[in-house]
Amino acid sequence: MANTLFDKVWDSHVVRQVKDGPDVFFIDRHFIHEVTSPVAFLGLESRGNSVVYPERTFATADHNTPTINQHLPVEDPLSANQLDALENNAKKHGISHWGLGDVNNGIVHVVGPENGITLPGATIVCGDSHTSTHGAFGAIAFGIGTSEVEMVLSTQCIMQPKPKSMRINVNGKLGLGVTPKDVALYIISKQTTSGATGYFVEYAGDVFENMSMEGRMTVCNLSIEMGARGGMIAPDAKTFEYLKGRSQTPKGADWDKAMKYWETLYSDENAEFDVEFTYDAADIEPMITYGTNPGMGMGVTKSIPLAENVEGGVDTYKKSLGYMSFSEGDSMIGKEIDFVFLGSCTNGRIEDFRAFCSIVKGRKKADNVTAWLVPGSHKVVDQINAEGLDKIITDAGFVLREPGCSACLAMNDDKIPQGKLSVSTSNRNFEGRQGPGSRTLLASPLVAAASAVSGVVTDPRTLLV
Amino acid sequence: MAYDKFDVLTSTAYPLPTENVDTDQIIPARFLKATERKDFDINFFRDWRFEQDGTPKADFPLNKDIYAGSKILVGGRNFGSGSSREHAAWSVYDFGLRCVISSAFADIFKNNCLNVGVLPVQVSAEFADTLFAAIMADPKTEIKVDLPNQTVTLVATGESESFVINTYKKENMLNGFDDIDYLKNIENEIAAFAETRPF
Repeated sequence: MANTLFDKVWDSHVVRQVKDGPDVFFIDRHFIHEVTSPVAFLGLESRGNSVVYPERTFATADHNTPTINQHLPVEDPLSANQLDALENNAKKHGISHWGLGDVNNGIVHVVGPENGITLPGATIVCGDSHTSTHGAFGAIAFGIGTSEVEMVLSTQCIMQPKPKSMRINVNGKLGLGVTPKDVALYIISKQTTSGATGYFVEYAGDVFENMSMEGRMTVCNLSIEMGARGGMIAPDAKTFEYLKGRSQTPKGADWDKAMKYWETLYSDENAEFDVEFTYDAADIEPMITYGTNPGMGMGVTKSIPLAENVEGGVDTYKKSLGYMSFSEGDSMIGKEIDFVFLGSCTNGRIEDFRAFCSIVKGRKKADNVTAWLVPGSHKVVDQINAEGLDKIITDAGFVLREPGCSACLAMNDDKIPQGKLSVSTSNRNFEGRQGPGSRTLLASPLVAAASAVSGVVTDPRTLLV
Repeated sequence: MAYDKFDVLTSTAYPLPTENVDTDQIIPARFLKATERKDFDINFFRDWRFEQDGTPKADFPLNKDIYAGSKILVGGRNFGSGSSREHAAWSVYDFGLRCVISSAFADIFKNNCLNVGVLPVQVSAEFADTLFAAIMADPKTEIKVDLPNQTVTLVATGESESFVINTYKKENMLNGFDDIDYLKNIENEIAAFAETRPF
């Protein structure tokens, strides 16, 4: 029987099927962070349970951490308390912990792959919806709630009905200035913010085959933004090359054995998907969002659609544009901005900093723009420095901050003020996402860089030629 | 954490027809700093319920006295999208709601609701419109959610629709059980399975 990649990985992790119920689903790797885990540990302890496989869980602090002066005590007592809770829970239960200042610390979805914890064919969960990132390696990875975090800690399983399958093909050659982020925002704009609800997505086609691992992570990361539980890409030579030799990948004979299995991880030729979509790379231009969900995106040179031309309720659409202080038919190019945020689990990797630097090199930050450049991990920082990107950044008038989730969700002090407009490389433009009253335009690192040096929303292609 | 059993619920309902309500609206990230689960009702829909200075926004449905005490919320399509934060489901429960009705839910939010004792009831877009219209016409409109029979009914007119829930989750809700009870019961089977995993 012909199977999809998703079937192969899912079915091999089903401990048992509950009659007219979910599958008991085994989890190979579990990431935890300070925000969604403390109540799970309380639950575990109140029931008198213990962590059954502590070696399968990995803790890192990221959501609630400051991005300056990380060597000093955390000022906000509530944040400090959460960070302490994570450290104490990890220590008590024998779980590895990369706290603030640790050389391996960073955003959970950046450090997992970097350290080879993320593997093809594995099942990976975390109390964070962007866990879908790890699907870039051919893993089944998705976000869970805190009750499920407790389930994994105490039993290494969760109970999940198997999602339906969707394949999204993108073929052709991407144009100048079109990045993986644009590919993802384009797909989401076609699917809408809920189009893939109930599905697990496989991305296929030469656009993804030709994409770097960093780019694949960006695409899979954003799967949740069209409602999909997760997204995945079949592992290939590029995947194995990325993983080989990383600190926690299998070594020696174990590597060879793993490779034998990983090479079977692809959708069989006649495998059937519940639904399939195909897009043409030539139709994709640098993207930008204009509304309050990631499905409200368009080519940066386009105008905001008229309410009569969009799916869904007119009232919701008008509420969204009203929040953004935009009007139907507005062009985004030339809109004055206040902030630029480069970072997050979506675009906080080395390639994203390279892309940003390719535009700001030899230029200067616009005076009206406050820019927060936040690498995804200490390893990314080291790479930035090793490649001399730090000098380009500094010469252009920018400052590099310390790793963390930062202004993506503004749990720490990195909050975009009321009413201010931010071009952000993160993943969500929801109302208040980057701070109460903040207004977010999601875009690629290239659009962010072009806008940062121009002070207005700018098509990066005008600066790349 | 244990929750009260769910059987048959008859209540008035808060109407919130806005679509794509994301969990950042249900509870903004800046209120996720607790290390224990309590009082999440306080910041339920914080920025839609209150001005920045804390003044309640009078026109927001959750602030209207006429709906006060309702145990059901009827939400717009794609309710609960975005972040996986279970705090959103906790805040629904802590606010006193036991059921959310919508024509479509985001997957993770729906799962989280089921795990904390909030029943997500998915109805057709037409029936959702019928419910909104009935509530707009009479804010005291009562809705009956019958879990054993899997039906949702407008009490005044008898208009009704059935909803889907798998037998396993239904039994859990009816009895106040959760998945950990089930999983701990089969821990030997899980341990044997774990032995077979290559990594």
